[in-house]
Amino acid sequence: MDFHGYETDQFYDELIAADGKPRAEARLLIEHINAMSSNELRHRQKAAERALHQQGITFSVYGNKKGTEKIFPFDILPRIITAKEWAVLEKGMKQRIKALNLFINDIYNDQKILDDNVIPRDLVLSSDCYLKECQGLTPPKGIWIHITGTDLVRDDSGEFYVLEDNLRCPSGISYVLQNRSILKRTLPKAFQAMGALPVSDYGDHLYETLRHLAPDGIKNPNVIVLTPGIYNSAYYEHSFLAQQMGVPLAQGSDLIIINDHVMLRTTRGFEQVDVIYRRIDDEFLDPEVFNKDSLLGVPGIMECYRKGNVALANAPGTGIADDKAVYAYVPQIIKYYLGEEPIIKNVPTFICDDKKDRDHVLANLESLVVKAVNLSGGYGMLIGPVSTAEEREEFAKKIQENPRDYIAQPTLALSRTPTIIGDSIEGRHVDFRPYILFGKSIFVLPGGLTRVALTKGSLIVNSSQGGGSKDTWVLGGEPKSIMHESENKGEPANA
Amino acid sequence: MLSRVASSIYWMSRYLERADNVARFIDVNARLVLDMGWERDKAQWEPLVRTTGDEDNFKKRYKTFDEKNVVRFLTFDEKNPNSILACVQHARENARTVREIISSEMWESINALYHLVEKHSRKRKLDDLQEFFTLVHNANHHFAGLIENTMSHNEAWHFARMGRLLERADKTARMLDVKYFLLLPDGEFVDSPHDTVEWGAVLKSVTGFEMYRKQFHRAQYRNVSQFLILDPQFSRAIRFCIETTARSLEIVTSELGIKVKASEEMQKLQMSLDTADVDTILNNGLHEFIDMFQFNLNVVDNALYQAFFALDKKQATAKIIAHNEV
Repeated sequence: MDFHGYETDQFYDELIAADGKPRAEARLLIEHINAMSSNELRHRQKAAERALHQQGITFSVYGNKKGTEKIFPFDILPRIITAKEWAVLEKGMKQRIKALNLFINDIYNDQKILDDNVIPRDLVLSSDCYLKECQGLTPPKGIWIHITGTDLVRDDSGEFYVLEDNLRCPSGISYVLQNRSILKRTLPKAFQAMGALPVSDYGDHLYETLRHLAPDGIKNPNVIVLTPGIYNSAYYEHSFLAQQMGVPLAQGSDLIIINDHVMLRTTRGFEQVDVIYRRIDDEFLDPEVFNKDSLLGVPGIMECYRKGNVALANAPGTGIADDKAVYAYVPQIIKYYLGEEPIIKNVPTFICDDKKDRDHVLANLESLVVKAVNLSGGYGMLIGPVSTAEEREEFAKKIQENPRDYIAQPTLALSRTPTIIGDSIEGRHVDFRPYILFGKSIFVLPGGLTRVALTKGSLIVNSSQGGGSKDTWVLGGEPKSIMHESENKGEPANA
Repeated sequence: MLSRVASSIYWMSRYLERADNVARFIDVNARLVLDMGWERDKAQWEPLVRTTGDEDNFKKRYKTFDEKNVVRFLTFDEKNPNSILACVQHARENARTVREIISSEMWESINALYHLVEKHSRKRKLDDLQEFFTLVHNANHHFAGLIENTMSHNEAWHFARMGRLLERADKTARMLDVKYFLLLPDGEFVDSPHDTVEWGAVLKSVTGFEMYRKQFHRAQYRNVSQFLILDPQFSRAIRFCIETTARSLEIVTSELGIKVKASEEMQKLQMSLDTADVDTILNNGLHEFIDMFQFNLNVVDNALYQAFFALDKKQATAKIIAHNEV
């Protein structure tokens, strides 16, 4: 099993150039893999999977009684991002987060951007994600989007685009950290030689970001993580983050409101909570304000938040900038607030609410990807080129009935990267989700989640639909020379 | 710490200990069958189910109390909430909710135990479980080492210890009770060679034979009772378990700076063991003594629940901790 006979098939490949030769930044890694026997590579892949299983890093598969726990498939061949590429991405994401934060604050307060007709007022105010309950609110320190996981993709020219902003409760960071810790053991020599930047201090950065939000005058704020509970598919991550920060992991039933303060029920009595990293969606957060049937949230928590007695991360209401129709206007948003051109481009987007765009979409369904504006995770989507006439008809009907709920984008030829498939190495499509923290300043973790569509030809990377993940090495500079793993087995990684 | 977390740690620990003890139960009976040279179909298996209090559950799904059924019921029957498989599942679910409190090593150890038990549960044949039981015991010893060495001996640790030792006290008592039931109908057996063999089996099942011998040399009814009920130094003896639990409770309440009713109930239980004398216990009936002990154990368990785990504490009575105290 090696790279001989590997085909890029006209796609942009993350490690191999169009002429079939390794890209400069990947050369050492590929030589290193080629120097290993098939058995050894297979053995390392199996060992990594075993480690994930042992650590119980699993997700639940519903409706399947025996063996309901599966590991999120992990491929040991890392994806590489060069220092030069990263410098641009980092700058671009900081720019985007800064602008989106100003946008959300403006929408819930002065609405200047609407008065100036940069975005149609109706489009924004008609969004399901616009929360009138947040009107007039400015969250602590003016920050709304503390934690973001932006989805980026690369097209066949190799250029990065923002696909989705994920400003609500983005998940996946735990896989970034676990994948790295496992890969450091799997390919220690290669990792050391390549000089990838560390990601393991994410917990410290997250804790500092959250602490920064504490109400004024509290020297030693009580920070907690709020989870819907063990049956949530991301529970492992909630618990992992609480552990990384050394803070309590609470469920809604652990909290109670006393005199407009959020209190934690403890063995000693009630303890005041100052900052909540909540992994519960807006609509389930407070049954007194949002979804009345929610058992996950805390009745009365919004009132404490309004009074400034507790900080919530992310702030309720950020979904307005996550609406896929609003997304189409992000380039204008960046220009409006910052007076700058966007550093990372948007994927061209047709807004079905607009008559001209709608007609174009309806006439070209077989070449476009249609998405519901308020859904994520690969749900509510039509991928034109692989759709049936029946599916297209169904979507055409939906679009005509509720044009505001849909947008469409050209089908991108997503980049591919070498992946171990059975006994060979083949190209598979990937996306990339870096994580951004907004506290005292904006921090972009040098790394991220590379999701890979393991099914041949598939463009869907979601774990629920046959996706896996890879470690992502953001290089700090030029790779050094490499010593082969097999020459010196068992020596621990130095990183 | 969070009330829910304290409760989960306590139960994680209790369920692990329970799984270990169910394995010991079956083991001691299997040894007896061998040692006594009973015909396999005449061997008594019913008392095992009776003492775990799950008779009704058993009768719903099994016809006879034979070895095959009882062992199936106690090891891998998912519908028996006290089977080894169910206990390990509960322990793991509880551990999952407190994964950020316990060490990663502890979580991985419980996870590995779960996979081990789950794998064995899929085997069709149930002969020769000896090796399986040894694996379960070793996993528990391993876990005990991890909790000792990879976790701070903090409040959570003390709740884990209380759960483990209260469960152990309960199960040592039940084990004595099973043996008592099997033996006493035939009074002439007392202190006969058979008797020595049987009590030896009981001691072995709690890995206490060697420690016992250092004090009493010969396995015999009275002394084994003395050892397993009243010894203050052997870690599976009832008195040791209760005294150690009481110490943990005292440390927790003094660190939290609170007074709870559970402390009084605990003291009462301790006192009843301090003033007990083995001959009086045996004269009045071991079974009666164990019955009373278990009743008091439930009182303590319930008091712990009220003091620390209950989520519906009345606002007026619970203390609100000012911010600078946190």
